Amino acid sequence: MLELQINGKAHQVDVPENMPLLWVLRDVLALTGTKFGCGIAQCGACTVHLGDQAVRSCVLPVGSIQGRPITTIEAIGATPVGERVQKAWLDLEVVQCGYCQSGQIMSAVALLSATPRPEDADIDAAMAGNICRCGTYVRIRAAIKKAAQAG
Amino acid sequence: MSAGPAPKSSQSPQAPLSRRAFLKVGAAAGGGLVLGFAIPALRTAGLAAATPAFFEPNAFIRIDRNGDVLLTMPQVEMGQGIYTAISMILAEELDVAFDRVSVEAAPPDDALYANPALGFQATGGSTSILAFWMPMRQAGAGARAMLVEAAAAVWKVDPTACTTATGEVIHGASARKLAYGALLERVARLQPPKNPPLKALNDFRLIGTAAKRLDTPDKVNGKAVFGIDALPPGVKFAVLMASPVFGGKVAHVDDGAARGIAGVRQIVVLDDLVAVVGDHTWAAKQGLEALNVTWDEGANARVTTEEVFDQLKAASERTGVVAKSVGDVAHAFSSGPTVEALYHVPFLAHATMEPMNCTVHVRPDACEIWVGNQVLSRTQAIAAKVTGLSKDKVIVHNHLIGGGFGRRLEVDGIAKAVRIAQKVDAPVKVMWTREEDIQQALYRPFYFDRLQAQLSDGKISAWKHRVVGSSILARWAPPAFVNGLDSDAVEGAAELPYNVPNFHVEYVRQEPPGVPTCFWRGVGPTHNIFVVESFVDELAHQAGKDPVDFRREQLAKTPRLLACLDVVARESGWGQPLPTRVGRGVSVQSAFGSYLATVAEAEVDEHGEIRVRRLVCAVDCGVVVNPDTVVAQIEGGIIFGLTAALHSQITLARGRVQQSNFNNYRMMRINEAPRIEVHIMHSTEAPGGIGEPGTVTAAPALANALFAATGVRVRKLPIDRKALAAKATG
Repeated sequence: MLELQINGKAHQVDVPENMPLLWVLRDVLALTGTKFGCGIAQCGACTVHLGDQAVRSCVLPVGSIQGRPITTIEAIGATPVGERVQKAWLDLEVVQCGYCQSGQIMSAVALLSATPRPEDADIDAAMAGNICRCGTYVRIRAAIKKAAQAG
Repeated sequence: MSAGPAPKSSQSPQAPLSRRAFLKVGAAAGGGLVLGFAIPALRTAGLAAATPAFFEPNAFIRIDRNGDVLLTMPQVEMGQGIYTAISMILAEELDVAFDRVSVEAAPPDDALYANPALGFQATGGSTSILAFWMPMRQAGAGARAMLVEAAAAVWKVDPTACTTATGEVIHGASARKLAYGALLERVARLQPPKNPPLKALNDFRLIGTAAKRLDTPDKVNGKAVFGIDALPPGVKFAVLMASPVFGGKVAHVDDGAARGIAGVRQIVVLDDLVAVVGDHTWAAKQGLEALNVTWDEGANARVTTEEVFDQLKAASERTGVVAKSVGDVAHAFSSGPTVEALYHVPFLAHATMEPMNCTVHVRPDACEIWVGNQVLSRTQAIAAKVTGLSKDKVIVHNHLIGGGFGRRLEVDGIAKAVRIAQKVDAPVKVMWTREEDIQQALYRPFYFDRLQAQLSDGKISAWKHRVVGSSILARWAPPAFVNGLDSDAVEGAAELPYNVPNFHVEYVRQEPPGVPTCFWRGVGPTHNIFVVESFVDELAHQAGKDPVDFRREQLAKTPRLLACLDVVARESGWGQPLPTRVGRGVSVQSAFGSYLATVAEAEVDEHGEIRVRRLVCAVDCGVVVNPDTVVAQIEGGIIFGLTAALHSQITLARGRVQQSNFNNYRMMRINEAPRIEVHIMHSTEAPGGIGEPGTVTAAPALANALFAATGVRVRKLPIDRKALAAKATG
């Protein structure tokens, strides 16, 4: 039995230690806002926060993160930066199909938490790991800047 | 943001109702009112051949006593904003506040919810607004006219003395008002009007505004439920693997190691695939990797991309089925020199961000399915066929779609999932890994194009184009495949916006060995406009003309497109000097009932690496329902098209797809994304489609910019960086 700290709550889960966090969230805890896209940390759809860091949950074994705080898309709106990012996403109508946007928002919140006034190069560096097949990149860039200005 | 066959762009998207009564009314439970109305078939030459000429009511609006309006939506939301746009049209003509309209997804039922542009219940081909524009307006206007009639009767005044606003009928002279909700029982007894007056375009207060999307709030907080998120009680998780060679069969399975993995519950072996069922996806995936499967690879075990290419090239020597012929091309060509070129474009996967998945519970008396797809009635039908149950025993819960692009116009995955679920005594979520999603798919066809043209007096005097490739329609909509001609395969080639006196376009069907093909965003025009607009650019160069001027002088018959071209030439700074190895390219198109002109600006370094700097688009898609959605669809469509032009191809070796995941089937990322400027042309014409056009325009505009930058003509995709470098250094 492993104990995970997710969105401020402790969860006991009976899973193998090598099981990636993604599948624990989705299949065991029914936190389906975090998405599966590639399984090899290439697309960013599964991005969550481990502490303040954006991490790819599809390659993160749960045995390695016991006791450390995990935040998912379901709870990010409760943080000031998360709330600003979600609002900017809606104000600029970033979203199309929406499947990648949980991961985009988690990466953007981590960026703005570390770099409150990001330049384009900062945005490129922080967001290039998140693929959007609908091609919302133009608006993602604009929304990150808008959220930064609101902070 | 879809893909699918398009209605002929030469047809008017206006589809006037010809029947006497188009609206039916009835009382709903709780004192509400239900309005049923008909979305008539579009008079298209292609798919509508399979469409009945006359529909029973196939769309439904419910008005409740509190004034809330519920629209039963036959079209599927996949990010294109269709829930919002169709609701806006209804709210406009009915004259209710937009936030009183909500949407429910229609259940599978071709008889009720067929897409009039396609003949069955499908969302694709940028057809939704085009098909629903007039019927939705007429239904809203008809309902509003009846509400006015009912209120006027209450007040004993002339209906023409009454107006409406935000859910109320108003008699201005006596300052009286009645809410719609109070009039419903009276309306239910009225005869629907035959020709209710529509609002004048300049009276619109909602259409043409950037109303907020209805589907997005839950997509930023993790609450939106896609098919992959369905978790019915007791669900098990399966991961599948089909034969790596198309058409191969399972010969032998050694499952000893897989059975030893914690959480693995069951191994399912079917004739053409294996699946492992577990307590969670991880167990199933581990189990699948531990299986040792021997395949009987069958007839396609040696297929290579080179073989496919050679077959297409050989087929291009054959005479094809004539798609369009005007004047006398042969005679023209015999009179002087011509320009010739060969083009080809590769197989493409859709790589939707939500991988293929389908959750199924097969019980003795029913089959229940949780999925997101673009063809609900086909989903139901294939499950009925596999299980032997009648269609009414197949319950389909459709979900939001994490990217369609044509892939979810297919039900191959539904069939596989149902076959697996038949072996499992519980609901089972069948998951495709990304590798399986890319390697066990249906693909945009590999096309080969042979072109020849003649110039006289700086204009195109004769044009011959032979399109060679797989026919999607022959498989997907057989009644639309008429006399060997695939109207989708030649869409964008058979009708040019230019005046060309001698014109001949042919289609040669050549199916690739074993490789299944399907629609891909932008459908026929994605391939054809790349070829046509690149070749037009070659002819401009041959004629010694500026590419914009060359097009402008030949677009007289297509004034809406000419106007778009003028806007992008101005807004892009066309003709102004650029640094060395930076170029601008132009592309124009008339497709999906919309007109689009684009100028791309790109630079190429000495190694041939490309940076796309900027795209400027002008689009005339008729009356714009939601301008922000139009801009978003063009932006996203361009990124989708640039991704393909710069990065994408599916190749085959030993009968196997060689790409597997985003590391070797690359997507454009944010650091590569150019600036995109979209200019919407003011128009009072009927609305055209907007999901596909951005994808269509990207590759030709970019390829022509690369020619301007380097002098190297791009005649195949994806763009070969080495060829661009060789010219620079050699």
